[in-house]
Amino acid sequence: MADLFDLLIGKEGDKDYKKKPVIVQGITGKFGSFHTQQMLSYGTNIVAGVTPGKGGQKVDGIPIYENMNDAVGATGAKISIIFVPAKYFLNAAVEALEAGIKLLIAIPEHVPVKDALAIVDLAKKKDAIVVGPNTPGVIIPGIIKIGIMPASPFKPGNIAVISRSGTLMYEVSHNLSLANFGQSICFGIGGDPINGTPLIQAFDTIRNGANIDGVVVVGEIGGDAEEMLAQHIIDTKFSKPVVAYIAGRAAPKEKRMGHAGAIVYGTYGSAESKVSMYAKANVPVAKRPAEVPMLLAGKLKGTNK
Amino acid sequence: MRLLEYQAKELFSGYSIPIPQGLTSTNIEQGRKDAEKLGFPFVIKAQMAVGGRGKAGAIQKCHNADEFELKYPEIMQKVVKGEKTRAILLEKMADIKKELYLSLFLNRSKRCYTIIASAEGGVEIESVRNQIIREVGLGAVDSTTAEQVGKEMGLKDKVLSQFVDILQKLARLTVEKEAELAEINPLAIIKDDAVVALDGKVIIDDNAMFRHDELRKFQEVSELEERAEKSGFSLVELDGNIAVVGNGAGLVMSTLDMLSDNGGKPACFLDVGGGATTDTVYEALTLISKMKKVKGILVNLYGGIVKTTTVATAFIKAYDNKLIDMPVFARMSGAEADKSKEMLKGSRTKMFDTIEEAINASVIEVNKNG
Repeated sequence: MADLFDLLIGKEGDKDYKKKPVIVQGITGKFGSFHTQQMLSYGTNIVAGVTPGKGGQKVDGIPIYENMNDAVGATGAKISIIFVPAKYFLNAAVEALEAGIKLLIAIPEHVPVKDALAIVDLAKKKDAIVVGPNTPGVIIPGIIKIGIMPASPFKPGNIAVISRSGTLMYEVSHNLSLANFGQSICFGIGGDPINGTPLIQAFDTIRNGANIDGVVVVGEIGGDAEEMLAQHIIDTKFSKPVVAYIAGRAAPKEKRMGHAGAIVYGTYGSAESKVSMYAKANVPVAKRPAEVPMLLAGKLKGTNK
Repeated sequence: MRLLEYQAKELFSGYSIPIPQGLTSTNIEQGRKDAEKLGFPFVIKAQMAVGGRGKAGAIQKCHNADEFELKYPEIMQKVVKGEKTRAILLEKMADIKKELYLSLFLNRSKRCYTIIASAEGGVEIESVRNQIIREVGLGAVDSTTAEQVGKEMGLKDKVLSQFVDILQKLARLTVEKEAELAEINPLAIIKDDAVVALDGKVIIDDNAMFRHDELRKFQEVSELEERAEKSGFSLVELDGNIAVVGNGAGLVMSTLDMLSDNGGKPACFLDVGGGATTDTVYEALTLISKMKKVKGILVNLYGGIVKTTTVATAFIKAYDNKLIDMPVFARMSGAEADKSKEMLKGSRTKMFDTIEEAINASVIEVNKNG
């Protein structure tokens, strides 16, 4: 599979090292244009936008193209971020992958499962990484921000954060930053039932990255991604400290808690099931976001001995 | 969206999956007409979106008119695991020889559709033994696969060929209606070896509803939940007295957990979505003002990009318009927090630096007021 860090940062000596070009699909929408400015001011190298019917125009000095083929052809970018409404997502994502995009950040919420499955399938064939849908995006603090996250919670460091929730990713990272645990990467999986990069894959994508002293996994009720990750940590003998947080202990069963994926059926998807699997993998689970840095400090102390 | 049994069966019927003859009513007058058309004996089945109806007495046999007059109102009043009866299905009794289990569901971790089948159905899925499991990609099931599954269940001859047909039809329904789950339990073998769907459970992908106008008639949401949906909120009503509001599903769930840990009782889960504005927060407060049980509001906003003053303005407007008259305990992270505190001074909204402090204050205050 394509290497995430290579796509996001590149190698020393590359002429676009730490300045990887990014295309914004849906750049003229209210949401898309606002976050394009936010990403630009963070230093992300946005090189083109795509909005059908507005090709040839410019926003904030960034050229707009009619379609992804033209945009990729003109810029050589391998990364794209999608801001279109859910019902247009499938077309936009297919266009991006067909044009040669290797890292696709899928922001829209409410994408139908059928469409998400279709994109997962296509991404496999094209050897591309899809993050989302319903993700806040990915940030390497101090280097590149591709997403809708605010800049303030994050600071550079050596802890990787993987999260199924947007605002909890900010909240937990904020708490980590306050405790002087900066982040090497923060990766939003997305809150939907079907993820372009599921938890376990995201974990494998970052586990061998440089500058990773520990991993924080922010999960929530629904599905069995946390259980599978816990088993995976045991099976692969991952030795660095991992700390988890799980939201939704107090949620009623069979009710969708905001995220399409956050729903418990019987014991399937319940917080208890996840906590007990994490316990087997020796992964402590914080009771509240503010507890995460304390547990992490404890685990890091343990490994240094 | 979880369909009720009779709605699932209406879909089955559209795909010519055999179902027993039945009629659905919401009042006893209509029920009596249905009973007459159907003829005794039959089964009275409460229509509610929950399992375990049989054990709870929400499904009962009915042999004559006297029994009907007694049982229809009783079943209409049933509440099982918090779910009320929403309609009543009268259905012809079947002469059951054997009960099978069959479902197709969206397998989240494998990211594909999966068949589960068993020759030992009729119990809840957790207790179904000897499950045969087959991953089927995007949901299409060819006759070879269907036949393999049926044979593994030990089905033969006429029963096998009917099973193959039903499984393929169920798969078509799953794909075309964009179901996350389509379950027949029990799928019964009755006299003359006919195979019939005696119960049905179908969950449709809510996010795909824009492509399924034909399913809209099945949609049933509370007035408040519908209003919330229009504004782009997620609202789940709960039993307690402290309304929990925030931006982002994960953050609101997390707040709910912490409130419960500290002895508070959440009245609702309200996620105003990623980008809070004065208008969205005001609309959220409007929805909460309509919930009579609410004695206090706990707000947890992780702004970052959103200015807290934007949110504070909504609260001031809500007090000015007498929309709310209850204490609000708020933690707002983001720009201009000090200015917001100043703006809200003297109002019933108290601002806190951490969510833990806001939660403690809310629990103490609401309990004090009973």
